Amino acid sequence: MSEKDVLLSIENLVVEYSSDSETVHAVNDVSLQINKGQTLGLVGETGAGKTTIAKAIMRILPDPPARVTGGKIIMDDEDLLELKEDRMQKIRGNRISMIFQDPMTALNPTIVVGKQIMEAIALHEKVSSREACKKAEEMLEKVGIPKERYSDYPHQFSGGMKQRVIIAIALACNPELLLADEPTTALDVTIQAQVLDMMNELKQELGTSVLMITHDLGIVAETCDCVAVIYAGEIVEYGTAEEIFDHPLHPYTTGLFGSLPNMAKEGGRLKPIDGMMPDPTDLPEGCKFAPRCHYATEKCRQGRPELRNMGGSHVVRCTQR
Amino acid sequence: MFKFLVKRILWLIPVVLGVSVLIFTIMCFTPGDPARNALGADASQESIDEFNEKHGLNDPYLVRLGSFLKSTFPEFDLGTSYINGSSVSEQILSRLSYTLRITYIGILISIALGIPAGIIAATNQNTWKDSLSMVVSLFCASMPSFWFALLLVMFFALRLGWLPTVGVKSWTGYILPCVSIGIGGAASIARQTRSSMLEVIRQDYVTTAKAKGQSRSRIIWGHCLRNALIPVLTAIGGQMAVLVGSSLVCETIFSIPGIGSYLVTGVNQRDYPVVLGCVVILSLIFSLTMLCVDLMYAVVDPRFRNILKS
Ligand SMILES: Nc1ncnc2c1ncn2[C@@H]1O[C@H](COP(=O)(O)OP(=O)(O)OP(=O)(O)O)[C@@H](O)[C@H]1O
Ligand code: SF4
Ligand SMILES: [Mg+2]
Repeated sequence: MSEKDVLLSIENLVVEYSSDSETVHAVNDVSLQINKGQTLGLVGETGAGKTTIAKAIMRILPDPPARVTGGKIIMDDEDLLELKEDRMQKIRGNRISMIFQDPMTALNPTIVVGKQIMEAIALHEKVSSREACKKAEEMLEKVGIPKERYSDYPHQFSGGMKQRVIIAIALACNPELLLADEPTTALDVTIQAQVLDMMNELKQELGTSVLMITHDLGIVAETCDCVAVIYAGEIVEYGTAEEIFDHPLHPYTTGLFGSLPNMAKEGGRLKPIDGMMPDPTDLPEGCKFAPRCHYATEKCRQGRPELRNMGGSHVVRCTQR
Repeated sequence: MFKFLVKRILWLIPVVLGVSVLIFTIMCFTPGDPARNALGADASQESIDEFNEKHGLNDPYLVRLGSFLKSTFPEFDLGTSYINGSSVSEQILSRLSYTLRITYIGILISIALGIPAGIIAATNQNTWKDSLSMVVSLFCASMPSFWFALLLVMFFALRLGWLPTVGVKSWTGYILPCVSIGIGGAASIARQTRSSMLEVIRQDYVTTAKAKGQSRSRIIWGHCLRNALIPVLTAIGGQMAVLVGSSLVCETIFSIPGIGSYLVTGVNQRDYPVVLGCVVILSLIFSLTMLCVDLMYAVVDPRFRNILKS
């Protein structure tokens, strides 16, 4: 992959949530690249730090308690983390936008849904407010909601419809990068397919890049070009979708889905693994997966394993591979 | 909506009735001699007996309650004052506008000062602006309004001579009474606005608004304020109750010929018809105001409109 094709690159990102009594190490030295026109899947258990990474890219982490304590997020040779707030506002919702995880709370209960879509358009595109309304209506239709419902309030919508409104907001300004945080969790299967098709269309039409955060391996298999597996705020394995599905190497990844050879074809959810994620306020010294790993040795507990190249773009963070 | 209104207005009947019975009962069983107050300390025993007989004060409690309710509710007759025989209804009508003016201007002052102060505090959380407005509002909320009224009179009327000490001959006379009854409400409303604003700022939909690229001020005014106002409305309703109470005292301090000062005089002189008439009217005003506050919920919160429809 040549340098030119990278849209956004995250370098050594560290994010902490700190309160008076403790510090949650949510993201620990994460580096990732999102290529132009490609979809990067980000998979991992709940609490692994996926949403935190997406919000860090948008710079919408709640501060306090969240603090980005290290790293860079480079887009167009500029570090987004260093940008002035007013320049960042021109990027948010316009060049980078986000589909939020929880549709029930992500819409403002006192504003009609159409206006919530229209706002984004009016903000970033040089159009009259009439045209912005019209475009918002088109967006509603595009996500499968009749435009007559423009003036309805969120409480008049089902969870799936709210999620579609959120998707319409995110897609309204044809972003270059879409951060999709479990975009289909709230939807039933048919709508799920529609939404994925829609995102695919956008990708084909406009070359939009997507960061696809999901628990659903079927979606990963269907949509992602590359996959990053995250555990306790660290990338433990990264590769193309084929590499990860056909030759998962990290014990965590194999635990999740490697043991099922037809996983990718049959779809399905991540399999639970014995044990719990380590306490993010008190992470183990060495490999963070060691307490749950069947292959763990003394060496694993001593220092943090480095990411090692396994050929192609496939990298893995494990001493035993 | 119509059904809701009718229901709420019908509810006024038991509320006002209940308040009247309560006050009537309290007055019946508190010591005090209306006849001596009306006729003077050196009145003869015969004239006192005659007075009591004429006003039915010798009758048993239930009989008196019955005749009071009968004349007040079906006939809307509030009777005449023991002291000077003037019609209570007429007195109240002529005084009503003063009381309405000072309570409503008072609540407007509370809102106009309280909501912006709360917003400033919340959007500058943990800075000196926040601390300053919260210290000032804590001070104002815990200060009794009559004491504040006296301070204001001392400073602006007596020391500086800018405003009249008493009376409402011109609009300047309204300033001190309205400010002194409004300031406590402003403080409570400011505190409520701050806390609900801080609550709302943490909500996911505010993050969504931010993710659209909206500026901070647009998010505060366009997305947060309306949601934050919902609990503030409740606080405003509560302040109305407090305000009606403090208006009684302030009308007396500033010699404003409103219902409050009429009521206070009535209580002092054991002038039962005056007291009862004032209480009935005040409870009616209060209930209607609360109804308006409830209707405001529907304006602010679309979810409430559904409840109204059903
Ligand atoms: N506002 C917050 N305050 C404190 N800790 C937080 C906050 N938000 C997240 N965290 C912590 O940060 C860690 C990562 O959270 P994050 O939301 O990024 O997980 P996630 O991978 O998106 O999980 P999920 O799949 O459940 O969405 C978790 O340990 C979580 O408890
Ligand atoms: S480094 Fe060791 S403990 Fe960690 S995943 Fe590999 S084998 Fe398991
Ligand atoms: Mg998440």
